[in-house]
Amino acid sequence: MTDERFAGTDRYVATEDLMMAVNASITLGRPLLIKGEPGTGKTQLAIEIAAALSRPLYEWHIKSSSKAQQGLYEYDAVSRLRDSQLGDGRVHDIRNYIVRGRLWEAFASELQPVLLIDEIDKADIEFPNDLLRELDRMEFYVYETRDLIKAVHRPIILITSNNEKELPDAFLRRCFFHYIRFPDADTLEKIVRVHYPKLKQDLLAEALAAFFRLRETPGLRKKPSTSELLDWIKLLVAEDLPPEALRGDDPKKTIPPFYGALLKNEQDVHLVEQLVFLQRRNQR
Amino acid sequence: MLVPFFLQLRAAGIPVSLKEFLTLLEALDYRVAFCSAHDFYLLGRLTLVKDERYFDRYDRVFAEHFAGAEKAFEKIIASVPAEWLKSLTERVLSEEEKAQVQALGSWEKLLETLRQRLQEQKERHQGGSKWIGTGGTSPFGADGYNPQGIRIGQDRSRNRRAVKVWDQREYRNFDDNIELGTRNIKMALRKLRRFARQGALDLFDLDTTISATARNAGLLDIRMMAERRNAVKLLLLMDVGGSMDDHVRVCEELFSAVRSEFKHLEYFYFHNFVYEYLWKDNRRRHVERTGTLQVLRTFNADYRVVLVGDATMSPYEITQPGGSVEHWNQEAGAAWVQRLAAHFPRLVWLNPEPQNRWERTPSTQLTRELIGPRMFPLTLAGLDGAIAELRHPTLPKS
Repeated sequence: MTDERFAGTDRYVATEDLMMAVNASITLGRPLLIKGEPGTGKTQLAIEIAAALSRPLYEWHIKSSSKAQQGLYEYDAVSRLRDSQLGDGRVHDIRNYIVRGRLWEAFASELQPVLLIDEIDKADIEFPNDLLRELDRMEFYVYETRDLIKAVHRPIILITSNNEKELPDAFLRRCFFHYIRFPDADTLEKIVRVHYPKLKQDLLAEALAAFFRLRETPGLRKKPSTSELLDWIKLLVAEDLPPEALRGDDPKKTIPPFYGALLKNEQDVHLVEQLVFLQRRNQR
Repeated sequence: MLVPFFLQLRAAGIPVSLKEFLTLLEALDYRVAFCSAHDFYLLGRLTLVKDERYFDRYDRVFAEHFAGAEKAFEKIIASVPAEWLKSLTERVLSEEEKAQVQALGSWEKLLETLRQRLQEQKERHQGGSKWIGTGGTSPFGADGYNPQGIRIGQDRSRNRRAVKVWDQREYRNFDDNIELGTRNIKMALRKLRRFARQGALDLFDLDTTISATARNAGLLDIRMMAERRNAVKLLLLMDVGGSMDDHVRVCEELFSAVRSEFKHLEYFYFHNFVYEYLWKDNRRRHVERTGTLQVLRTFNADYRVVLVGDATMSPYEITQPGGSVEHWNQEAGAAWVQRLAAHFPRLVWLNPEPQNRWERTPSTQLTRELIGPRMFPLTLAGLDGAIAELRHPTLPKS
C-alpha cells in the first residue's frame, strides 16, 4: 500500500471522480477498469499516472488475436525444435525458450509498476476470464518449469475498454469501474489551457463554441471528442487563424475551418455540409 | 446503515455482489472516502456499479436512500433564522488553512453538534470557527470551508463539495431501457455469433503440430485445421412504410449493424404484415418480388428469423383475406405468419413501439397470440431477450 496520491499532472486534467477512482484502486490494489467515449484520454491516463508517481510503465496492447497466456509467458517451441534439429546445446534447458510476457515483466519489476492493459474488449470473449487468478492473487504458475511467479509489488493495473464486448461478471467483480464522461465546457477549457497555455482567450472561446456546436449536430455518427479538439486547435494555432475566421457572419452558416480534424467520417462531413446549406437557403 | 442500501441496489436490478460490498467497506476502512456524502457517492459507484448502464439507477437509489437522512436535517435547518445566513463576506482560505480546519467526526455526530449549537446560539454570527453563520470555518453555515461541512442557505457551491450529483441524473442516457444505437445493436448481436470450424484445413495448428512432432521423436509432423467462421444464419424481415415511418432510423441502424456481423444474412421487406410476397428493393417492390413460399423453400429451418415491425395496423389486416391495404390477398396474414413460425422454430419479433403500448393495440395483441411470447421491444434489454430466445427457443417445435 502506498501513501502517494494521484491528482492529475501538468499535462493531464483529472476530474474529482477520476482522482477518487485512481487513488482508491492504488490504495486497495485492485485493477481499475476505464470506459468512455473514444478520445477522452483513457490510455493517456496510465501514462500520466506512471509519470506523476514516477513508476515504470508496462503497456500491453490487446488485439483480437491476443491470448491471456501471451501476457504471462510463451513457450517458444518452434525455436527449441529448430535448435534440437541443429544440435544446439541450449536445447536441454527449457528456460531458454520461455519468453516473458508483459504481465510477468510487471510482476518482476523492483519498483511498483503501472500496468496498462489496453482495449481489453478487442480480445476474445474468454480473455478476461483467463486472467482472474492473475489479477486477484497477482501470481501465476509456469507449467514448463514448475515455477510459481509472484508479483514483487502489486502493480497499479489500468484496463481500458471501448465497450465492444461485454466483460464477464466474475472479472468485473474484481475491478473498480470508472466511466470517463465527456468533459463539460469548463473542464474542456482547462484541458486546452494545459496543452496550449499561450492560446489567446478569444480564439479559445470561439474554438470551443464552434466545437460544441458541431458536437451537438443531430445524427453525427462519431462525435468529435477531446483528442480531436486538441488536434484541431493545434492546426488553428499553426495557421495562426484570427478568432473571427471561426465565427463568420453567422455561426450556423459556416463550417469550421480544418473540419477534417474533427469529423472522421464521410457521412458526417456530408451531413454538416447539408445542414449549413439548408441554413443558408432558409436565410435568403 | 449500509446494508439496506446494498439491498436496495440489488432490488433496483443492479448486479451487486457481496464481494463488491465488502470491497466498499474495505475502502471505507482505508479512508478512501472520509466523511463526505459526495466522496461516498463516488466511491460507492466505483466499487459497486460496473457498467455505465446502471449509473442512472444507482443515482436514483442513492437519492432515495439518503433522502431520509437529509429530511431529518431539513427540520433542523428550518429553525435557523435566515438572516444568519445572508452571505455578507466571502472569506478566502489558503490551502494550509483548509488543511488546518478540523474535521469533527461522523455524519451523526455532525448533526448532533449542529443541534446543540442551534440551541446554544441566539444571535447572528459571521466569521469565527464555532457558530453557525457565513464565511467561517465552523462546519455549519455557508460560504466557508470545512471538509465535512453542512451547507445551509447558499444557492451555489463554492468548493463543489455539497452538490448532489446524484440528483442531476446525468447518466440517464446509458440506461439500457432506452432505444439503441448501431453500436449497442452490434454488441447485442455479437452474442448471437457462434463459431464453428468448417471448411478446408487451411490454418497451421501449432499446438497439435508440436505434440505430434514430440510424439514422432522430433521429426516434424505438420498439422492443419479449419478456420473458425461464424456459423449463425440470419433471415431478417422488416416492415417498411406506414406507421413504421417513425421508426425508420432505428431500423436502418439495426440493418446496418447486422449486415457486418453475419456471413449468412438474408433480408426481405414487407408492408405492415407478411403476405404472399416479400421484396428486397423497396423502390421496386411492385416489380421485383419474391414469393413467401419460395422464401420458405429456400431457407431451411436452421436459419434464425428476426421480424422487425411495429405490428400496429387494423386487426382486419391480420385476420381477413383481402385485408391488406396494398393488394388483394387470397389468404389472411395470420396464415402466413403461422407458416413462418411453423417452418422456422427460431423466430422472434422485434417491436420498436414502447412495450407499455402493446396492450392497447389490438393488432399487436393478435400478433402476439400468433407467435407466442416471442415479441421483444427494440431496446438493448429487449434485444438481449430476443437473442436468448433465438439461441434457446422456449417453444417446442410444432
